[in-house]
Amino acid sequence: MLRYALLRIFGAIPTLLLVIALAFLMVHAAPGGPFDAERVLPPEIEENIARAYHLDESLPQQFIRYLGGLVRGDFGPSYRYRDYSVSELIGNALPVSMQLGVLAMLLAIVAGVAAGLTAALSKNSFIDRLVTGIAMTGISVPVFVVAPVMVLVFAVYLQWLPASWTGGTSISRLILPVVALALPQIAYIARLTRASMIGVLSSDYVRTARSQGLRTISIIRYHALKPAMLPLLSYMGPAIAGILTGSVVVEEIFGIPGIGQFFIRGALNRDYTLVLGIVIFYATLLILLNLVVDLLYGILDPRIRGR
Amino acid sequence: MNYLAAIKPLIRKSRDNKTIVVCSSILLLIAAVALIGPLLSPHHYASTDFENPLMLPSASGWHLFGTDDLGRDLFVRTLLGVKITLFVAIIASCVSLGIGVAYGAIAGYVGGTVDAVMMRAVDALYAMPFIFFVILLMVVFERNFLLIFVAIGAINWLDMARIVRGQTLSLKQREFVDAARLIGVSTPGIILRHITPNLLGVVVVYMTLTIPQAILVESFLSFLGLGVQEPQTSLGALVNGGVSNMEGAPWLLLIPSIVLAVILLCFNFLGDGLRDVTDPKKKT
Amino acid sequence: MDELARRMNHGIPFFKCLSRQRLGIFACIAILLSACGGVEDARRESVLNRGLGAEPESLDTHKARTNQAGDVQRDLGEGLSGYTADGQLELAAAERVEVSDDGLQYTFWLRPESKWSNGDRVTAHDFVFSFRRLVNPATAAFYAQQSLGDVVNATEIVAGKRPAEDLAVEAIDDLQLKITLNNAVPYFLALLTHPSTFPMHRPSVELYGDAHARPGNLVSNGAYKLQAWEVGSYIEIVRNEHYRNNDKTAIDRVRHHITPEDATELNRYRAGELDITFSVPSEAFQQMRKQRPHELRVSPYLAVYYYGFNLTRPPFRDNPKLRQSLSMAIDREILTEKVTARGEVPAYGWVPPGINNYEPRQFLYATLSKDERHRKARELYREAGFSEDKPFSVEIRYNTSQGHRRIALAVQSMWQEVLGVESTLINEESQVLLENIRMQDVTEVFRLSWTGDYNDAHTFLSIMESDNPSNLIGFHNDEYDGLMDKAAVQTDLRVRQVYLEEAEKLLLAQHPVIPLYFYVNKNMVRPRVRGWEDNVLNYHYSQHLSLSDTD
Repeated sequence: MLRYALLRIFGAIPTLLLVIALAFLMVHAAPGGPFDAERVLPPEIEENIARAYHLDESLPQQFIRYLGGLVRGDFGPSYRYRDYSVSELIGNALPVSMQLGVLAMLLAIVAGVAAGLTAALSKNSFIDRLVTGIAMTGISVPVFVVAPVMVLVFAVYLQWLPASWTGGTSISRLILPVVALALPQIAYIARLTRASMIGVLSSDYVRTARSQGLRTISIIRYHALKPAMLPLLSYMGPAIAGILTGSVVVEEIFGIPGIGQFFIRGALNRDYTLVLGIVIFYATLLILLNLVVDLLYGILDPRIRGR
Repeated sequence: MNYLAAIKPLIRKSRDNKTIVVCSSILLLIAAVALIGPLLSPHHYASTDFENPLMLPSASGWHLFGTDDLGRDLFVRTLLGVKITLFVAIIASCVSLGIGVAYGAIAGYVGGTVDAVMMRAVDALYAMPFIFFVILLMVVFERNFLLIFVAIGAINWLDMARIVRGQTLSLKQREFVDAARLIGVSTPGIILRHITPNLLGVVVVYMTLTIPQAILVESFLSFLGLGVQEPQTSLGALVNGGVSNMEGAPWLLLIPSIVLAVILLCFNFLGDGLRDVTDPKKKT
Repeated sequence: MDELARRMNHGIPFFKCLSRQRLGIFACIAILLSACGGVEDARRESVLNRGLGAEPESLDTHKARTNQAGDVQRDLGEGLSGYTADGQLELAAAERVEVSDDGLQYTFWLRPESKWSNGDRVTAHDFVFSFRRLVNPATAAFYAQQSLGDVVNATEIVAGKRPAEDLAVEAIDDLQLKITLNNAVPYFLALLTHPSTFPMHRPSVELYGDAHARPGNLVSNGAYKLQAWEVGSYIEIVRNEHYRNNDKTAIDRVRHHITPEDATELNRYRAGELDITFSVPSEAFQQMRKQRPHELRVSPYLAVYYYGFNLTRPPFRDNPKLRQSLSMAIDREILTEKVTARGEVPAYGWVPPGINNYEPRQFLYATLSKDERHRKARELYREAGFSEDKPFSVEIRYNTSQGHRRIALAVQSMWQEVLGVESTLINEESQVLLENIRMQDVTEVFRLSWTGDYNDAHTFLSIMESDNPSNLIGFHNDEYDGLMDKAAVQTDLRVRQVYLEEAEKLLLAQHPVIPLYFYVNKNMVRPRVRGWEDNVLNYHYSQHLSLSDTD
C-alpha cells in the first residue's frame, strides 16, 4: 500500500505542472492588469511599477521566474495585498478555511448519516418522508439564499449570533457559516445513507442476521453500517468540491478571511501570484485527499485491497 | 434504430413509476409555461416602468408576480429565467455527457495501455480545483454565453467517463459485440452502433442528475456577477437579485427561489426514479 | 521634567485633605476595582468599529492607492496640512507656512512637539526622506506624479532621468522645510494632505524595507498607531501616546473593518457590530430612511458618475450632434429619484457643486423643459442621420455591480423611448472594462466615474486635457488645453477661475461625456458616535470622533 501511495504521489507531479501551466496561461490571458484602475497612471509610473513586479518581462521569462520561485517554496509577492507575500496570505487564510470546512464536513456527516439512518429504519413512514423532504429542500436552495436569510433572522432580527467573522467570539462566529456550508451536504449525505442503508438492510446476510434474533441496533452496528458507508466514502470527493464552492459564497457573505474570498478578490483584481498560489495549493490538497479516500476505500472494502 | 430500441423499455417501465410521471409532468408543464407564458402577457421582459417599481403581485395590470426594482414584470422575467436556466443546464449536461460517454466508451472498449493512460488522466483531472478554473474561464473569455455551457459541462464529465468505462468493460464481453467484431465491423462502428446504445439507460439517469448540478453552478456564477447579460436573466440571477431586496420586497426572492427549488427537486426525484427503474438489481 | 514636578505638587494637597479613614476606603475601592477588571485608571477603554469598504492594498503610504487605504493612513499619520472635522484645510504637522509672492516657494515650520509613535522627534529630514522615496522610480509609487509633480525636478526623477536627491525639497534645519515648485499651484497645500506626502520614519523603513508598514514595524506620527492587520477582516489601530495632540484624542482603539459588500456591511451595522458604515446599499436606502432617519447621513461628495463616448472612432468621433442628442434624452431626475434614489444630484455639468473658488457651468439645454429637451434631442438625432426606420444601435459597457446595472438599464430604456435607439448592455468585470476602454477599440459608450482628490476644479477639469492619462474618452481640444495651461500659471485666483470656467463651458459644448449625477456620501452613523460632521471629501478622522455611553 505504501508503494501504491508513493506511486500516486509521484504520478501527481505532472498533473500539478499541468495545473500550474494552465492556470498561469489563463490568468495572464485575462484582459486587464493588476494595476489598472479608473485613475490611470502616468506612463513613466506604469513602467516603474511593471519593472518592480517583473511584468515587463516576456511571459516565458515570467513563467520560469515563477517556477524558480516555487522550487524554493516561494509563491511570490501578492499584487493586491502589497505588504504581504502569497505564502503569508495562504498561511493566514488556511486555518480559517480549514476550520470552516472541516467543521462543516463533520456536521454534514454526523447530521446527514443520522438523518439518513432514521429515514431508512422507518422507511416510508411520516418521519422518512419528513427527512427526505427536508433533505431535498436543502439541496434545492442555493447557499447564497440560505446564508443571507440566516443572517437576517439570527443576527439582525434576533441578534443571537454575529453577522460576521469579527462580530462574535471564536465559537459563535462559526455557527452560521458552518451550518450554511453544511446544509446542502447534509441533504446529499442523508439521501445517500438512506438509499444504501435500505439496500443493505434488504440484503440476504442482514436478513439472516435478523432471523437469528439480533436486535436492530446491533445489526446496524456490526453488519449494516460498514457496507452502507462505502457509497458515502466515494461521495467525499464531490463533497469536498461542494464545500469548496460553498465556502467561496459563505466567506463572501460573512466576511470571513478565508481562501475562497482571497481567490475571488485575486481573480477580479488580476493578482496573478495570489490566484496561482491558491490554485496550486488546492490542487495539491485535492490530490492528497483523493489519495486518502482511495486508501480508506481499500481498507474498508476488502474486494479492492489487492489492486 | 439501435438507440430507439434501447430506450423503449425504459419508457415503458417509466410509465408505471408514479414519481417519474409526476416529476416529468411538472417539468414539462413549467417548460411549456415558460415557452408560452410570455406570449400571453402584455409585458416585455426588458421594459422598465419607473412609476411602478417593487409592486406586489396583483392581477390588475397583469403583474402576476409583481414587479422588480425597475418596474419590470417579474412573471415574464421569471419565465425567461426558467427558459435560460433550463437551456444552459441542458446544453451543459449534453457537453459533459458527450465528452464523458465518448471518453469512457473509448477507454473501456480499446482497453490496455490506452485505457490505463486515459483513466490516469481522469484521476489527474480530479485534482483540478474546477470551480476556480470556471471562474478564471469566465474572467478570461468575458461573458460569452456559449462558454458558460462549455465551462459547466467541462466540470461534470469525469464521473460520467468512469461510469461509462465500467459499463463498457462489461458490455465488451457480451456475445453481440463479439459477433459484430467477427463480421468485420470497425471499432468506431462497434462503439457507435453497439456499445453506446446500451449505455443509454445510464446516460439518461445520469443526465437527470447532472442537470440540477449545472443549474446550481450557473446560479453560483450569477452570485459572483459572472452570469448572463442583462436584460436577459436566469433563475440564479433573479434569486440573487431578490436577496438584496428581501426585506423590502420578499416576493422578488420567494417566487424565483420556489420555481428554482421545484425544478431542482423534480430533476432530483426524476433521477432517483429513473435509477430505480434501470437498476437491474431491482425487479419491477 | 517641569510637567512631572507640577503634577507631583498637585498630588500632595489632594492626599493631604483626606483623613486616614477615607484614605483607607479609597484604597479598598481601588483594590476592588483593579481586582475585578484590571482597570488602571477606572476609565473604560473606548472602542470604535468602522466599516472601511474594500481592503487597502498597502499601509505603506507610497504603495497604497485607494481612498480606503487613505482613510486608515489619515488616522495613522499626518502631513504638513490636513483637514478639520468639517473638511476645512488646516496646517497639521506644520505650525506655520510662508509662500513667496510668485507662489513658487513654500517654507514650512514644523511643530517642535511632534513625535513619532516610538517617541522620536518628527523632523524636516523625515519629510525629505519620504518625498524622495515617493518620487524614486524604484518605489513605483502610484501617487508620485499627482502629489509632487509640480515640485522642481520631480517629473524627471520619476522618469529615471535624475537622482532622487535632486528633488527641490530641502530641510533647512530640523524644523524648517523648503519646497520649490515649477509653477504656482493654488491647491498645493491641499495636495500635501494626501497620505503619500506624510513623513516617514527613516530608521524603521531602512530596517524593515518593504515590510515597514506592517503591525509591529510601522512607526507613525498621527493620532493612532497600527496594532493589528488581519488581512480580509480588519485593521486595528490604538491611541498613539506620543501624538502631539493626544489629549484631544477621545477614542482609544479603532477597528477599521473590511466591508467590500455594502449589503453585508449594513447587516453588520444592524446587528450592532459596526458604529459607522462605509456605504448604504441603494436597495435598503428607503427602508433605512424610514427606520433610522437620524443615523442615515447623506451629504454631497466631490465625484461625478458619467458615461463616456469613445471619441477616437465612429460613430461618436466628430459627431457632437449624436452625442448631444443621447445626452439630452436621459432624464437625470428620474435617474436620481427612482433609480439611484439616494439623494444624488442630477448632473448637467462636469464639475460638481461645492468646489471652492468656482462656479460650475451647465449644459445650455439644462434650462429647457422635459418636452422641449426631448423634441430637440429627436431633432439632433435626425440631423445625425438616424430615425425610427433607421435606428442608431449602440453598445453600453459597464462593470458588474447592482447599481451600475440598474442605471444602464434605465439609460437603455430612456434612449429607446425618446429616440428609438437600440442599445445592447455589456456587463464586464472592472479590469476587463478598463482594458477595453484603454484600447479604444471595441468600446462605444461606457460607464466611468471621477472622484476629486482635493477641493479645486482642477482635479476634475485636468483629466480632460489631451495628454492626461485618465482622459479615457480620447477628448482632444487645443483650445481647451490652452485654457488649462493659462490657468496653471495664473496666480490670481479670480483670473484663474475665469479660465477654468471657460474651459468647462467649452468642454460641455462638445458633449464628450454624459455626466449623469454627482455622488453623495452615504453613511450610517450610530447616535453614540459624536463629532461626525458631513463634508464634501468624506474624510472623518477617528481623532475627531468620540463615543458617548448612550445611543
